Amino acid sequence: MRSIAAISGLAGVLLTSSAFAEGAKKGMPQLDFHNPLTISQVVWLAIIFTVLYVLLSKWALPQVAGVLEARASAIAADLDAARGAKQAADAAIAELTQATIAAQATARGEIATATAAAKDAADAQSAILNAKLEAQLAAAEKQIDAARASAVGALRQVATEATAVVVSRLTGLTADAAAVEQAVGSVLAARAA
Amino acid sequence: MAAGHTIDALGQFELHSVLGPVGASVGFSESTLMMVVSSALTLLLLGVGMSAKAVVPGRLQALAEMIYDFVHTMCIEQIGEEGKKFFPFIFTLFMFILLGNLLGLLPFSFTYTSHIAVTFGLAAMVIVLVTGVALAIHGWHFFSYFFPAGAPIALSPLIVTVEIISYLSRPVSLSIRLFANMVAGHVMFEVFASFIVMMAGAGVVGYLGGIGPLALNVILMGFELLVACLQAYVFAVLTCIYLHDAVHLH
Repeated sequence: MRSIAAISGLAGVLLTSSAFAEGAKKGMPQLDFHNPLTISQVVWLAIIFTVLYVLLSKWALPQVAGVLEARASAIAADLDAARGAKQAADAAIAELTQATIAAQATARGEIATATAAAKDAADAQSAILNAKLEAQLAAAEKQIDAARASAVGALRQVATEATAVVVSRLTGLTADAAAVEQAVGSVLAARAA
Repeated sequence: MAAGHTIDALGQFELHSVLGPVGASVGFSESTLMMVVSSALTLLLLGVGMSAKAVVPGRLQALAEMIYDFVHTMCIEQIGEEGKKFFPFIFTLFMFILLGNLLGLLPFSFTYTSHIAVTFGLAAMVIVLVTGVALAIHGWHFFSYFFPAGAPIALSPLIVTVEIISYLSRPVSLSIRLFANMVAGHVMFEVFASFIVMMAGAGVVGYLGGIGPLALNVILMGFELLVACLQAYVFAVLTCIYLHDAVHLH
């Protein structure tokens, strides 16, 4: 296939060249192998191509390769550094989270302890206060009872005397002291009941 | 140039010696001069471009690196890991042909790739290298390349003949493809340019009529820039494919 194309290409070129070379009558200069310059090109080509090849392969291309390698390794190193930094940052964040959780737990424990202690102290204080108040209350009640008893005792005497006076004023008679006292006692007993 | 009323489209390919008597004595022609110029430009591009050795490349360094990477990738993809050994050769070949094609498009320049002697010289270099590599790696086993495994023995005379002709036609097709492309483009340039000059000879109407061929030449220049790059690539990539065959045998 390729050779057919090549041969037809050559034929085409030769045809066009003969068509255009009518005026020149010389044919294609490229096919003029009697001209020493045509062949000298090949010699010069070999020399120049070899020199170019040697200079490129020994001097120019290694330079490019060096720069490309340096860039690739620099990028790889930077990526490694970034990856390391990210790991360190992740570790620091994890540590921070742990520390926060631990601190929160400690604080919660201390708050609970302090609350319990304060509650205990308040309970004890209120118990003491209650006991004191109860004692005062009891003492006050005793005094009230005593006062009432003395007041009730005085009332019997006043009532007896008032009854004797009222009886003597109404009847003009001197009332029997014992009977008055008995009557007052029975009435007071009935009231008290 | 247009001499009178004839179109001398092939005069541009004529060789003349340059650099005076010294050049004449060693057969130093315009063609050779352009080879030196393109080689110097290649070395200059890499030498100046890579002198900064910057991690972030400038324009010239980016260009040098881009071409390097392009050819390097082509070598590795076409030949395989062994392609690294042939990379300097492919790079030299590619740049030599590319700059030869491109510089040839400049006015008053000379296109050495439009000479069959040059393109055949390059193709011969390639084929000698390919055959040498194949023999060095595979020894006598290389000749099995001309007879694919599994083919009927009865057909062997035909197959071997066809395969050998196909193998030998490689340098011919390689050289003529480049040569013919370059010649065709430059002949068309010359023909249209001659039309412009001949039209101009016809007075005011001719000046207007000359716009047509001029516009065609402008379009043709864009097309030829494409062809110049494409043919350099084709030559390099075919060399890579032949080298792949030489290294791997099918």
